[in-house]
Amino acid sequence: MRRDAKFGLALLLTPLLLWLSLLIFIPHIDLFLVSLRERVGVGKYDISLANYLTFINEPLYMWTFLRTAVMSVVATVITLLIAFPVSYYIAKMVKGRTQSALFLLCLVPFWVSELVRTFGWMILLRETGIISNLLQSVGLASGPVEMLYNDAAIMVGLVYTSMLFMVVPLVTTLESLADEVVEAGYDLGGNGLSVLREIIIPHAMPGIVSGCIVVFMLCLGNYLTPTMLGGKESLWFTELIYSQFIVRFNWELGAAFGFLLLILSSVIVWGMLRLTGQSLEKTMG
Amino acid sequence: MTPDLHCTDLTKRFDDTTAVDNVSFSVPPGSFFSILGPSGCGKTTIMRMIAGFLEPTSGDIQIKGKSVLNVPPNKRPVNMVFQHLALFPMMNIEANIGYGLRRAGLPKEEITRKVGEALERIGLPGIGHRKVDELSGGQKQRVAIARCMVLEPDVLLLDEPLGALDLKLRERMKVELKSLQAAFDTTFVYITHDQSEALVMSDNIAVMNEGRFEQMGSARDLYYRPDTAFVAGFVGDSNRWNGRVTKQNGDHVEVQTSSGLTLRGATHQRALSIGDQADAFVRPEAIRIAHNATELASFDNRISGHVTSLLFNGAASRVLVQGAEGGEEVEVNLPQSGEFASLTKGAEVHIGWSSDQANCFAGGV
Amino acid sequence: MKKQSLMLSSAVAFAVIAGATAASADTLRLLTWGGYAPEDVVAKFEDMTGHTVEVTKSNNEEMIAKLRATGGGGFDLAQPSQDRIAGPQAEFGIYKPMDMSKIDTSLFIPSMLEATKGNTMVGDAVYGVPHVWGTSGLVVDTAMAGMVKDYTDLCSPDVAGKVSYRLKRPTLIGFAFSMGLDPFAAYGDEAAYTDIMGQVEAKLIECKPGVKTYWGGGDELMGLLRSGEVVASMAWDTGGWKLNADKPDITFVAPAAGALGWVDTFVLPAKGKADDAAYAWINFVMQPEVAAMITAAAGNFTASQGADEFASADLKARYQASFPAEAIDNIKWYPPVPAGLEAIEGGVLDRVKAAK
Repeated sequence: MRRDAKFGLALLLTPLLLWLSLLIFIPHIDLFLVSLRERVGVGKYDISLANYLTFINEPLYMWTFLRTAVMSVVATVITLLIAFPVSYYIAKMVKGRTQSALFLLCLVPFWVSELVRTFGWMILLRETGIISNLLQSVGLASGPVEMLYNDAAIMVGLVYTSMLFMVVPLVTTLESLADEVVEAGYDLGGNGLSVLREIIIPHAMPGIVSGCIVVFMLCLGNYLTPTMLGGKESLWFTELIYSQFIVRFNWELGAAFGFLLLILSSVIVWGMLRLTGQSLEKTMG
Repeated sequence: MTPDLHCTDLTKRFDDTTAVDNVSFSVPPGSFFSILGPSGCGKTTIMRMIAGFLEPTSGDIQIKGKSVLNVPPNKRPVNMVFQHLALFPMMNIEANIGYGLRRAGLPKEEITRKVGEALERIGLPGIGHRKVDELSGGQKQRVAIARCMVLEPDVLLLDEPLGALDLKLRERMKVELKSLQAAFDTTFVYITHDQSEALVMSDNIAVMNEGRFEQMGSARDLYYRPDTAFVAGFVGDSNRWNGRVTKQNGDHVEVQTSSGLTLRGATHQRALSIGDQADAFVRPEAIRIAHNATELASFDNRISGHVTSLLFNGAASRVLVQGAEGGEEVEVNLPQSGEFASLTKGAEVHIGWSSDQANCFAGGV
Repeated sequence: MKKQSLMLSSAVAFAVIAGATAASADTLRLLTWGGYAPEDVVAKFEDMTGHTVEVTKSNNEEMIAKLRATGGGGFDLAQPSQDRIAGPQAEFGIYKPMDMSKIDTSLFIPSMLEATKGNTMVGDAVYGVPHVWGTSGLVVDTAMAGMVKDYTDLCSPDVAGKVSYRLKRPTLIGFAFSMGLDPFAAYGDEAAYTDIMGQVEAKLIECKPGVKTYWGGGDELMGLLRSGEVVASMAWDTGGWKLNADKPDITFVAPAAGALGWVDTFVLPAKGKADDAAYAWINFVMQPEVAAMITAAAGNFTASQGADEFASADLKARYQASFPAEAIDNIKWYPPVPAGLEAIEGGVLDRVKAAK
């Protein structure tokens, strides 16, 4: 009987373990080993930390790394600032059909691929695009306006792409906040700001943190949006990794970069959890 | 003396339904006022208008003589204990009670002192650092009241706060609420659909139905002298018959029920004439039960029949009696003398009551 | 009865599986560029030989990355440029030698075949034969930017904000030639090459403010030129000719310093499983009529002897307009890239990208 139970458990766990080991552990271990190789001649490799040293010694890579992290954090914050009122409206101000309709509206952009979405923004923002033409016809601009190929365009794209992943956890946590509790906050003398600060935000904290983690990771790992909307100014860390692997045939450096990205994102997420006093179990559970 | 709370012609309409229809009442200082009514009668709407979460369509609300219509909820001198208490789960008990004081901008030491006093007052000293979910239902109840009372409101509104508690605790909290009200010496406005909560605690009760007050008065008035059929049916238990008036003699009428029973009842100055539809209400404790008919000779309503059910409930035990001539079963209180303790199902009994105890109202069809 | 039917069905199943394996040996998995295996050509080939062709479209870098990831498996025939064969082969060993006896060499333009054989030699073995060739240079809207004659003219203030190029190695090489340097001569000398690339880097950083964007894909560039947002760009000859068909002002211009000539080849991946089908494909597509079909689809000429006769008159006219006789002589053909040069170029490209 006990043996059967054990066998059943093993059977249940097998797909998970296979998935974890084949798709997560083994590739990462392999990647780590590759990152420790240094090319010393044609087809000859030594074990060394040279790739990591390259990263440290080349200010360009460090700069790209920092820029990617800072831009991702900023994109996360902007996404949160826009998504919070939207989520609050969806979760608390409307009910029934309107609620599901609004929620669906947030989902609609995700019915097309990221590529198409980004192209959409390019059509809007480019010099001969819709917004530029509109500004000219209204008379706000005297000539064509180029809004693509800068950091602001990247930001717009990142926030747009991330919005849903912030709205979903926020709506879920905000929906669980009883109307009574908010009313009690007002009834006992709180104004809009203090109720928001002392009641709504603390309640929504798990949702805020989990939304921020997801959005931050998505931004950090995004490749298409920064390269397409950023153009000549894109400079994103994933782009560096891609070019090391594909264009330069330098898998060793690419692997090292990949590992550093993993460490960076883990450290920032850990810091975020510490800062907000949340734990991973609480936010993801 | 200015009443603590005074509502004049209060009306609230939502789209095409009228939730509160021209309600006026006044609550004197330090009293315990209840609004009793079935769910959906509009009592919560009144409460939310007093608290400021809803704007009345017309009418006025005055607290201590001043209209509060244009005062936002956070500035009104009323506080509310919510149905599910609405304690802030993200704060500990101390922070919960101190919330309103912090909002009022009191200095820290004073907040600490007042919170300590409040905890003392509700008999839970030293729980300040606990979390909300570590408290029992009754403790939460008391904290919710303390959270409001530290602000020393002119009126405390309570929205069925006992609804979520189990029966035993609810019984105890009724008594406790009453004594807390006395201890804080504040005006309580309490809404409930549970008549026993209202009857036990209140100085004054308004019975509400479909947006209107049916009757306002003391528990005793409502119980013994209901003004309307609704009040008679809603407050306390009653046997109820429906029929047509066949005879009238001053205050006394004879009613022929559809099942063929003839009842004699009193109108207590209500207009009823021959041929009218009427409802007659008789409380189970007003009915006497006897082993032989002669004991009931003094009553002008008498039925002989047999026991169909025994409803044992200690001191409040009852039986259901089916009359030999047909008609509905009648619920009768057993006297506490123990005389009928050995009554069994199917036993022959005689019941009777005086026509004064049978309240007759003009009935619906 | 039951047993018999079971045996019968397993026999059938076996036959099906066996049949499937036999058929899969005849599936040609082709890793190539867009336009190099048009549907009509594939259909014709399948009809004639009974093989099936699976086409995967890619580019030089991805082809090599894919083959490297699998150690040369997953494909039966690939088409990298001839300068990307010897280096990656020495480094990663992802190809296998060509058996020239299985190739009908009479179908090839002899000079091109010899040049490619020479360029793709590692040790004594030949790894590639030529297929499609073309050049990259400038695509210019002559009405708006007639003064752009050379790569460095893209930095001129007259066209500031309206030029584009790729941030890839052809740009580095083109700019180097335009600056009077000879990067191909320095291929063997890492120090000299680093020095040349250093100068190119400075120039590209200086030019950056005037660049609208670095284009990434052909479609993106077409869009930029067609909308008029870009009036001069580095690009492939076919891109210019395609646009010329819609907008006569836009055309391909061979730069003064010389267009850069490339040859895409056929190579056999090291773990390819259908070599016979691969050789059959090579011999099939090099026939003049078929080669002309590919030229019509891809826009570029092939190394097929006599295919010119079948090419469309329009294309020939555009080609002649872009390439007067001296421009053809001036084409700089890419020599094989020694392994390791990418690291130097990569650093330059990264720094240009990051420059403000």
